[in-house]
Amino acid sequence: MTTDINGTALAVFIFFFALVTVMGFVASRWRKPETLAHIDEWGLGGRNFGTWITWFLVGGDFYTAYTVIAVPALVYTVGAYGFFALPYTIVVYPFVFMVMPVLWKRAKDFGYVTAADVVHGQYGSRSLELAVAATGVIATMPYIALQLVGMTAVLKALGLHGELPLAIAFIVLALYTYSAGLRAPALIAFVKDIMIYIVVIAAVALIPSKLGGYANVFASADAAFQAKGSGSLLLGGNQYVAYATLALGSALAAFMYPHTLTGIFASNSGKTIRKNAIMLPAYTLLLGLLALLGYMGHAANLKLDSANDVVPTLFKTLFSGWFSGFAFAAIAIGALVPAAVMSIGAANLFTRNFWKAYVDPKVSDAGEAKVAKVTSLVVKVGALLVIIFLPTQFALDLQLLGGIWILQTLPALVFGLYTNWFRAPGLLAGWFVGFCGGTFLVWDAGWKPLHLISLGGEPFTVYTGLLALAANIGVAVVVNALLPAKVPARA
Amino acid sequence: MEKPRSKAALWLLVIPFIGLLWPPFYNLREPALFGFPFFYWYQLLWVPITATLTWIAYRSTRHDD
Repeated sequence: MTTDINGTALAVFIFFFALVTVMGFVASRWRKPETLAHIDEWGLGGRNFGTWITWFLVGGDFYTAYTVIAVPALVYTVGAYGFFALPYTIVVYPFVFMVMPVLWKRAKDFGYVTAADVVHGQYGSRSLELAVAATGVIATMPYIALQLVGMTAVLKALGLHGELPLAIAFIVLALYTYSAGLRAPALIAFVKDIMIYIVVIAAVALIPSKLGGYANVFASADAAFQAKGSGSLLLGGNQYVAYATLALGSALAAFMYPHTLTGIFASNSGKTIRKNAIMLPAYTLLLGLLALLGYMGHAANLKLDSANDVVPTLFKTLFSGWFSGFAFAAIAIGALVPAAVMSIGAANLFTRNFWKAYVDPKVSDAGEAKVAKVTSLVVKVGALLVIIFLPTQFALDLQLLGGIWILQTLPALVFGLYTNWFRAPGLLAGWFVGFCGGTFLVWDAGWKPLHLISLGGEPFTVYTGLLALAANIGVAVVVNALLPAKVPARA
Repeated sequence: MEKPRSKAALWLLVIPFIGLLWPPFYNLREPALFGFPFFYWYQLLWVPITATLTWIAYRSTRHDD
């Protein structure tokens, strides 16, 4: 791809980037609380977000910049199989509707800020709390790093090379997150999401007409897959189980992440969450259409260095200068919102479940907020260093593992909302087996999240995360049944 | 905490899982719609269907939180 700098595109890009930077700093005065020096205010926006703010915030942080780049890239490369993101982001909402209001209520009633708080409150076990907190932090770190990968792709298309632009963008982000907390991404999410909607609607309406209509887009992709001998417009018979288990496993994992849970805990009622389960699928429609940009890349005969360039190159080739600048700004800002919420989620975990639990149990409210703010800075700088100094593949592999890891916290977090039967030792044993077993299977398959199974007949592949979850639950049930129940320590 | 109406409506939320997690059912080219093979428009169609089912479940849930 050509990398000369287009002045108009760059100017539009810088304008929008500057706009959200100002908004980020102003956000500390938005819905101003009596004090920001409390983790409920800094880390959860005062637990006061209504339906619309929650919609923009969760939408903005669940459908990330990396999604916008990577889903079309996967569809471009492998075809139908990459479309699993669609069933995944559909079936996630019935799950959210059922489970998240219950979880929200538990957190609200007891003043919990993180998933690990909920687990500690339910089971009174510091070890289980630590397992859940540590899993959350290490699953989130590579996810933040991947937002930088998304941002790098658009900076490259703008002609901005090297690490400096990326570092500047991220340091600005770190500073306003530090000062305004969750209010910053919540406010910026409005701008980001509206921009992304405009871009995607324009793209799916205009690009196909330039490429001979959708029938031709699909036909070109089909021809390209046949010419290269891999990828397909439909699933292969041996991909059915992988497709369905990836969709289901990812859906169960999605709202176990600290950043999505932060959005849930920050909302003002169970009703707000249920309403959002109805409204958030609008983003899924967007994602489904966005995925088709991968096929449009074939129809436009793009020559790409890497599949991750498909969306930026498509925009650059088919849109005018100012609109591609607008689109790139939308994607780059799309990286800032999730990166901010992720670092806040990780910072909340560190503060509540490590600092308060082990270092300074008597920490004041203001002290908690201070620790969380500093941690969010450290987390972001860490992610930046990972992307600058380690190969991108490292972050990709870790993020993949992260999905499997975070899924292993589901039994500890969710089961206790419905039953008191489980106790900490069983859940901890289950988590351990799921976490280590899942990691081993992924390593064993050459860092692929799919495990080959042959039960006599045709072999098929299954999403490793779901296998590990099954082992996790199985072990938890067996250990729980075998260990003698102590007299309940807490009424 | 009696919610007799809500329980029945919650079963509606199982339907998207059945409709989407059995790919052999929809892994087809034809019938195409607006140039989209069946595989694609079928799954996209489940977005509004799921939102509608969730909305029905929402209406029959008591929001006492």
